[in-house]
Amino acid sequence: MGAGHAHVLYRESGSPVHRLPPEVKIAAMVLFTVAVVATPREAYWAFGGYALLVAVVAALARVGPRWLLSRALIELPFVLFAFALPFLGAGERVEVAGLALSVDGLHGAFNILAKGTLGVLASLLLAATTTTRDLLVGLDRLRCPQILTQIATFMLRYLEVLVGEARRMRVARVSRGDDPRFLWQLRGFAAGVGALFLRAFERGERVYLAMLSRGYTGRMPAVWQGAGAATAGQWAAAATVPAIAASIAAVALVLR
Amino acid sequence: MHISNGIINGPVAAIFAALALAALAFCVLRGRADLDDRLAPMAGLVAAFIFAVQMLNFPIFTAGVSGHLLGGALAALLVGPWVGALCVAVVLIVQALVFGDGGVAMLGLNITNMALLGTAAAYLLIALLLRVLPRTPAGLAVTAFVSALVSVVVASQGFVLQYWLGGTTDLGGNLTGLAGTMAVAHLLIGIGEGLITATTVVTVAKVRPDLVYALRALKPATPAPAVPVAGGAR
Repeated sequence: MGAGHAHVLYRESGSPVHRLPPEVKIAAMVLFTVAVVATPREAYWAFGGYALLVAVVAALARVGPRWLLSRALIELPFVLFAFALPFLGAGERVEVAGLALSVDGLHGAFNILAKGTLGVLASLLLAATTTTRDLLVGLDRLRCPQILTQIATFMLRYLEVLVGEARRMRVARVSRGDDPRFLWQLRGFAAGVGALFLRAFERGERVYLAMLSRGYTGRMPAVWQGAGAATAGQWAAAATVPAIAASIAAVALVLR
Repeated sequence: MHISNGIINGPVAAIFAALALAALAFCVLRGRADLDDRLAPMAGLVAAFIFAVQMLNFPIFTAGVSGHLLGGALAALLVGPWVGALCVAVVLIVQALVFGDGGVAMLGLNITNMALLGTAAAYLLIALLLRVLPRTPAGLAVTAFVSALVSVVVASQGFVLQYWLGGTTDLGGNLTGLAGTMAVAHLLIGIGEGLITATTVVTVAKVRPDLVYALRALKPATPAPAVPVAGGAR
């Protein structure tokens, strides 16, 4: 959380989506995903509608399609299941390119791929337009229990501490004649995991004590000062996205 | 192991979301009492550590799912069951919101498997093994290894249960196959997780035994010599 308190996925910009308060964006994103998941899988047109909606928000947020699609590849390990379903599924079979595939399984695969991808795109848009700090402020304003936001704050803060300590330990190893290449680093790393944890903790404890001595009470100042909270207009503006998604889902459910 | 949107149907996801919410609320109540000035930074670091190790994903191609380290046992050992479950839940929430790992609508299922089932199984075993095994670094290492291994397998079977209740595609007789593949794959992952958990916890216990929640909370009635202390003054 160095300069700017941003993370790797954040795209600096002053777009209308960036300027929306974080709690509004989180709520809109969660509701949008729920609407997508509630849609029956046979309603192919509905998923086209959702994709269009995501594209419009991405354009408003000035996030390019290439950035979005390349980052969306991270979902691959999670949707691998989809590619196995046509083979594992039970019931009626259909011949595709010489392979007997389950019809139910093919539907299931489409279901997972479509809903999974739309969910990932929605969360990427949230990540691209919201800094880590704003995300935590947003969660706090959405009445997330303080103990959770506190753990989340320290988690995001200490990720940098962990990475920094790991880098220092590697430099120390290399400067003492170790010559790690690619996978062989793993052994030195595994041997040092406990030490890394302790070093990071002791550094993290100092960070925590420094925060306490500067008046930290478990909440970020931006929250209890209450400045910048969402106005009714901003809620209404952001609500258009989940509202449109919910109407698409409703129509798809009725038409089934 | 992260369930992405659309794998489990809506009603089952909603039931597990309600279940997870209720359990987390209970953990928040119990965790507040635990979270003092020593535990707050530790909880953050444990969450950061888990966040980092969960990035390593091992795809299991035969079943089309992926597995990774979970960290439930590490959290239970270092910060206790209540705050530990909250740490894993926070990791899952941030991953779902920002990185799209695991669907937001499936968060209840993922939290139930990894944060609740995994941590609960680990802590029950820790509480049992720490009482039975000798209070030596080796005893602690065995406790950490076994509880991590079992918690990973238990969490993976949580997914099988959920798929049986509300999988969107009928697998017919392949469900037992799924259960078997998940169990074997997570047994292997569990060995890796057990080794990492054991080395980390034993190192911490040697230098700063005061930081290991399980050693503080589960003190035996007779003050047996604890894990040797080497320069642990605060």
